[in-house]
Amino acid sequence: MTPRFTVGAQVNVRPGNPPGHIRTPFYIRGKCGTVERICGEFRNPEELAYGRSGEPKQVLYRVRFNQKDVWPDYRGPAKDTIDVELYEHWLEPAP
Amino acid sequence: MMDNISHSHEGPDPHAPRPDHDDTLTHHKRLEIAVRELLIEKGILTADEIREAVERMDARGPHLGAKLVAKAWVDPAFKARLLENGSAAAEEAGVQMDQPTRLIVVENTPQVHNLVVCTLCSCYPRMVLGIPPDWYKSRAYRSRAVHEPRAVLAEFGTQLADEATVRVHDSTADMRYLVLPMRPKGTEGLDEAGLAALVTRDSMIGVTTL
Repeated sequence: MTPRFTVGAQVNVRPGNPPGHIRTPFYIRGKCGTVERICGEFRNPEELAYGRSGEPKQVLYRVRFNQKDVWPDYRGPAKDTIDVELYEHWLEPAP
Repeated sequence: MMDNISHSHEGPDPHAPRPDHDDTLTHHKRLEIAVRELLIEKGILTADEIREAVERMDARGPHLGAKLVAKAWVDPAFKARLLENGSAAAEEAGVQMDQPTRLIVVENTPQVHNLVVCTLCSCYPRMVLGIPPDWYKSRAYRSRAVHEPRAVLAEFGTQLADEATVRVHDSTADMRYLVLPMRPKGTEGLDEAGLAALVTRDSMIGVTTL
């Protein structure tokens, strides 16, 4: 599976709120970040949680966000960051 | 008054007896016993294999992470490999990894301070740090470490230089994180074992420095 995004790409996290076992934290949905690294392919935990195979595997990314973009009331320097692991189906290219 | 408010075990700390908390068969305790006994009854596992697995889990602890940190401090080539591919370098140093999770090692510098959290549950690099402390699993730490990491660090007594960037790592999926703390000043004369003894669990989670 060829990763859809490259390191350094700007991505948006889908703002969806589907039911079920979700590994994308609520606070990061709808936020824009930069791909920090591609972690490889893993079985999809949102499927594994229900005893299914988790196939096809999903590409997992680490995406780096500026804290000020994540929390409007963030108290700290603008350069502070947070990295979150996100599966490819949660990401969209940033316009 | 009751005469057992304070008693002594011939130690320096007389104290009142505390109630036992292990006498209630909760749902999950009952489930664990039922599954374990069924696995043994059906011949899938033996009691001895279960004991061995528990012993293996109990044997893991911060001493493993400390060994990697100390080795990285004295061996720049190992440090480069550890930062490039944490799992491979740890296995090279004799620390067994868990599958399918992978270890990412993040380095503290005067410019960058790293802090690890798992907001969704309590993912923790057990292969190098063992069982997580209770506070790591608390709702307060999990929510505040991402939103106000500098306040959390201050509560742990950690003062950072103003110019330092704080990088939080939310362990949401299959990666596990180990912070490589900065080597303390005045440790030039120590060997690898002496250095490893200085490395604390909390410094490898990133809530403290050394």
